[in-house]
Amino acid sequence: MVSEVKAVSGSGISLVGDDIDTDRIIPARFLRCVTFDGLGEHVFADDRTALKGKHAFDQPQYQGAKVLVVNRNFGCGSSREHAPQAIAKWGIQALVGESFAEIFFGNCVAMGIPCVTADSTTVKQLQEIIAANPQAAVTVNLETMQVQCGNFSAPISIGEGAKNMFVSGTWDACGQLVAHTDQIQATAAKLPYLSWSKVAVG
Amino acid sequence: MSKGTLFDKVWDLHTVGTLPSGQTQLLIGLHLIHEVTSPQAFAMLRERGLKVLFPERTIATVDHIVPTTNQARPFADTLAEEMMQALEHNCQENGITFHNIGSGNQGIVHVIAPEQGLTQPGMTIACGDSHTSTHGAFGAIAFGIGTSQVRDVLASQTLALSKLKVRKIEVNGTLQPGVYAKDVILHIIRTLGVKGGVGYAYEYAGTTFEQMNMEERMTVCNMSIEGGARCGYINPDQVTYEYLKGRDFAPKGTDWEKAIAWWESIKSDADAEYDDVVVFDAAEIPPTVTWGITPGQGIGVNQFVPSAEQLAEEDRQIAQEAYTYMDLAPGQPIQGTKVDVCFIGSCTNGRISDLREAAKVAKGRQVAEGVKAFVVPGSERVKQQAEAEGLDKIFQAAGFEWREAGCSMCLAMNPDKLQGQQLSASSSNRNFKGRQGSASGRTLLMSPAMVAAAAVKGEVFDVRELF
Ligand code: SF4
Repeated sequence: MVSEVKAVSGSGISLVGDDIDTDRIIPARFLRCVTFDGLGEHVFADDRTALKGKHAFDQPQYQGAKVLVVNRNFGCGSSREHAPQAIAKWGIQALVGESFAEIFFGNCVAMGIPCVTADSTTVKQLQEIIAANPQAAVTVNLETMQVQCGNFSAPISIGEGAKNMFVSGTWDACGQLVAHTDQIQATAAKLPYLSWSKVAVG
Repeated sequence: MSKGTLFDKVWDLHTVGTLPSGQTQLLIGLHLIHEVTSPQAFAMLRERGLKVLFPERTIATVDHIVPTTNQARPFADTLAEEMMQALEHNCQENGITFHNIGSGNQGIVHVIAPEQGLTQPGMTIACGDSHTSTHGAFGAIAFGIGTSQVRDVLASQTLALSKLKVRKIEVNGTLQPGVYAKDVILHIIRTLGVKGGVGYAYEYAGTTFEQMNMEERMTVCNMSIEGGARCGYINPDQVTYEYLKGRDFAPKGTDWEKAIAWWESIKSDADAEYDDVVVFDAAEIPPTVTWGITPGQGIGVNQFVPSAEQLAEEDRQIAQEAYTYMDLAPGQPIQGTKVDVCFIGSCTNGRISDLREAAKVAKGRQVAEGVKAFVVPGSERVKQQAEAEGLDKIFQAAGFEWREAGCSMCLAMNPDKLQGQQLSASSSNRNFKGRQGSASGRTLLMSPAMVAAAAVKGEVFDVRELF
């Protein structure tokens, strides 16, 4: 089920603006669900309604895009994994931005979706290139740590740990975590509070 | 790299090992779950044939979707009812304690864990909710996680994480009357910015926090995430121990002395090293109100909506967006802004001391005409305590509605919502576009006493003038 993520390539889509929060990515009323299915159609629901078809996610030239280019502090706000799930279900497989909120970033890692950062000039240039040529393939390469589109190429960054997890196909940490039951029990045994604070009732 | 801080010590004590990626496998001492971010995690667990490793270290409650008027089952909202049933089923199937409605223990997850003594110093605490940072008030390392990580904690009681840097935020001195913990944290976020904390844990230190009670400390730590910091904490002290003593899950008998010794040992050392230090003076903090669409867009109640030129270059674009959305013009005083709805509640300010402060303002006054004002206690216990003190009567006599416990209009997943462009004075933590249930609804964040003042005046008002 786990696979290596070394590079993502596909047409791009941009959202310009800082501090795009998770309530905007997926408004709370769509969290009334017990599965993530169907979230893709509601991504940015209120922003899209407000822009009456002019939101990038509604514009025909960006349909099928795989790389989302954003500015600063993207995904701030709540921990809802519904936000990256909605973006992913719409079709996005990688994000390039000036910066990402931490929980959002962690959620994306756990889903196998790299969020790489680049300086503001690079991000602006990429956004302009995508606007001018929506069909061009944007490639986010985690091995060369470059983002490339046509003749344009620039360096990108991502934390070493996250990079290793994508490239080696170990981004789904669950399997590794459960494999260490003995060490987990040993660490737990050393924590005094586990014996004095039994939290289960009855 | 920080050294000798509470964060470093607790991190080391909970480290299970280093993963091939270089990340730490960190043991989670207490796992809290609620109905919104857990159903998919249980589904993933089932898909992989995994079981809950330490069911006795996970505690569940229901808070986001609960109606605050009629709580009879099945809920009128069928989607909410489905989520409720999923949680009941998942807890039962996995042997997890669930504080359901009517148990006397239900409430917002970040209110019930501290009040039951589940939250303790030196713990690592995770919950699929970004305001888990609240629990840092006890000297715990507590942070929000996504659903895949909820799955990881259920399956292994651990998480794969990279260590954070530590920034010490020192505030010294005494707050002016009418200035509360909420104003302190809004002031910090306003100064350091909503992205200032990314990559950091915030350690709040200094005499101002030492003078605060536990509920005030929770208000501060709660909003760390609004400043971009995934967790925030305050070193435990006598105030912490006195709050904990005798609570349901606090250590008892001989364990109590052992616990205090251990808690003392995990405090930041006097010569601890920090990645960054910032210092504030409490006397300079005014009652603070947000005017925009991020919690960092705050000003003193007597100040004016800033013009783009007054802001740093990087804050101008979002300010432009905010003027339009909020329908507030630069240069306009925030005091006097008409409000439609006043909401007192949430995990930031829905505790008993918050309700007491708001009731002091409401007492003997009347909610202004045309304003809808309501109070939602943070938990069933808070509600019960408030009623024992007669606060419900004070609020109702003043024209506030008195509701059942839950998250309510903090994020409006239940029937409590703004309509159209309504403007709310809210004691909650987020003023994002659409946050309170209407895609064009507007939110001004402030302390509960300031919300009560806005309710009786019908407009944003300096609560200090009502004392
Ligand atoms: S009160 Fe608001 S912020 Fe707190 S847990 Fe509930 S929805 Fe989240």
